[in-house]
Amino acid sequence: MPVSGPSISLHQLSRHYGTVRAVDSVSLEIPAGALVALVGLSGSGKSTLLKMINRLVEPTSGAVRIGDEAVDSIDPHILRRRIGYVFQNIGLFPHMTVARNIAIGLELAGEEGTRDARVSELFDLVELPQDMATRMPDQLSGGQQQRVGVARALATRPGLMLMDEPFGALDPVTRDNLTDQYKALHDKLGLTTIIVTHDMAEALYLADRILVMQDGQIKADATPAALLSGNVGAEAEALVAIPRAQAAQLIALSKQA
Amino acid sequence: MSQAWQQALARVPELLAAHVQLSFSALLLAMLICLPLAIWAARSPSIAGIALTVASLIQTIPGLALLALFYPLLLGISALVGGGISAFGFLPALLALTLYALLPILRNAVTGLTGVDPAVREAADGLGMTARQKLHLVEAPLAAPTIMAGIRTAAVWTIGAATLSTTVGQPSLGDLIFAGLQTQNWTLVLAGCLFSAALAISVDLLLGLIERGIRERRRILAGAGLALIAAGLLIATLPLLIARDNIVVIGAKSFSEQFILARLIGSRLEKAGYSVRYRDGLGSAVVFQALAAGDVDVYVDYSGTIWTNQMQRTDSQPKAAMLDEIAQWTSANHGVKMLGALGFENTYAFAVRAKDARDKSLKTLADLARVSSDFNFGTDVEFLERPEWRMVQDAYPIRFKDARSFNPTFMYPALASGEVDVISAFSSDGRIAANNFTVLEDRKGAIPSYEAILLLAPDRSRDDKFVAALNPLIGAITVENMREANYTVDREGDKKTPREAARWLNDKLRE
Repeated sequence: MPVSGPSISLHQLSRHYGTVRAVDSVSLEIPAGALVALVGLSGSGKSTLLKMINRLVEPTSGAVRIGDEAVDSIDPHILRRRIGYVFQNIGLFPHMTVARNIAIGLELAGEEGTRDARVSELFDLVELPQDMATRMPDQLSGGQQQRVGVARALATRPGLMLMDEPFGALDPVTRDNLTDQYKALHDKLGLTTIIVTHDMAEALYLADRILVMQDGQIKADATPAALLSGNVGAEAEALVAIPRAQAAQLIALSKQA
Repeated sequence: MSQAWQQALARVPELLAAHVQLSFSALLLAMLICLPLAIWAARSPSIAGIALTVASLIQTIPGLALLALFYPLLLGISALVGGGISAFGFLPALLALTLYALLPILRNAVTGLTGVDPAVREAADGLGMTARQKLHLVEAPLAAPTIMAGIRTAAVWTIGAATLSTTVGQPSLGDLIFAGLQTQNWTLVLAGCLFSAALAISVDLLLGLIERGIRERRRILAGAGLALIAAGLLIATLPLLIARDNIVVIGAKSFSEQFILARLIGSRLEKAGYSVRYRDGLGSAVVFQALAAGDVDVYVDYSGTIWTNQMQRTDSQPKAAMLDEIAQWTSANHGVKMLGALGFENTYAFAVRAKDARDKSLKTLADLARVSSDFNFGTDVEFLERPEWRMVQDAYPIRFKDARSFNPTFMYPALASGEVDVISAFSSDGRIAANNFTVLEDRKGAIPSYEAILLLAPDRSRDDKFVAALNPLIGAITVENMREANYTVDREGDKKTPREAARWLNDKLRE
């Protein structure tokens, strides 16, 4: 498996809104090629933490390094062009065709020469039919739109992907499908991915490392297997308990049938 | 087609072109101001608040008042910078209309820009767009239909309000409306209204086409609308490309006598080889300043008006002494040459119905004062604010029951029908005799003399050919002939145009 993604390092990273500490002095090392899930309830600070990596949110204090570069030493727009960003509301540009939406990063980087070939490649990569290229975003289903969102983020071949509840608004079948396919893409492209989710089941299934956040701090940092076996703290246990109980119920039901 | 329509339509092309030039310039200037301001306002709520409040405040000022305000403002600015800024014609009209167009453009642009879906903004930021790229690639295209709708509203308002620019000496389709209203030539009024409405509707449709093209992302539609508008503008600006050297501008205030005298002056100058244009419907205050500034080359004013309005005098002098002082004053202070008096007077004359005069034995203004508390007063729009009215009140204890302002056209019928009981008529107006009204004598001489005088702009005073062409008019018009000429234009039936009346008057000139 080729690894092209960078490592990430957070050092005593904080973001305060008035007296509220959305992120409270978080330090963390993420190795290159990791697929990390950031799990927590609403308001736990996970999105804020994610957005400080591509500087959509500026930290109150602390530092973020990608590879060996401090993010605040790079112009925000240059930094963001190197990082794939996918979020729940997708934000496709409604006045541009699907193909132009996907190619917009190439346009910004001035790489328009290879545009058509790259867009076609991306359609295959996210398993969208090529004939959707000329459609407008509002003619696509939610799942198709988020595939376009992922393709758009991957267009400039970033090593790092930041995903904020990327599949949260999709129906369970589409969501499961996309989760699977993204995991395969992550491995195939050797990416480093940080994915924010409130769904522990998704995190357990997808990630190779899970960070549990509460009150702006990381309360647990473990592999899925370690989380399931317990002893990683009450906050993590509360989140793991839900899919575990659901799984137990499903097993009991299937035995009755 | 009737002769009246032919005459009205003959003036339309030139006025329509001027109307289009003015409205478009104002719209363009408003866009140049509003679009950058809207971008700033969309990023800063406090700027948006201030800008929209100011634009809304401007909108509450009536269009006519806004135009009138720019006149003294520009005069003041011109005086500050040592002259050179014209307070007359295109500039004040442009500025007033531009201010008028600000609100719809600004409001829609701010609404459009702030209304862009936050998710789309976040995606633009996340992809690494700079602020400029975000504006250019995302915000502007998404806000464009809303912005276009604002421009469309502004265009219709501007084209409508541009008809008022006649009052500050800028030609527009309003010239037809104002002149028609004055001479009761309803064909002219109708032509002015029809063409300005048609212009507004066509521009609205074409801009609507562009708006739809942008909204539905149909470039051909937007392109077609744009091409048609561009073609219209090109046609409207063609006259500007033709050189217009040495054109004489003849000014006229807003009543028939002035229109007729302007045509009389014009026909003599044309015979002497000059090209002439008429600026009708100018306010008393505007026209003298325009003459002094050289925006108007020649016009007829009245000695009492210059005496009270320009010289700020409140004393009474014999006619001859008054004319001498006026000639000296205009020449010394403004370089304006008073060529001479035309030979008739057009003073304010208090007129009552003959029956009232008989029954209540009214002969003089002193008699009027006796009954004034039972009388309703009808007057033109400026008289109550003029110094002459104060002079009359100082001399006679007149206190009317009520006072109403009319366009002069409607003042005479109002007296005839009993709607009012006394009017401030004009002594050279043919409708006094035609209605058998009685003019009350001013035995105390409270009202200054109103000799019609011919005034020349500074540059024209040195033009011998110009002076020679107009000299025969001095002392050549009797009040009887002027009344007759006025009446042929003002009467209800068998109306003559000011040009026809001027031709008749020219034949009657006293040697």
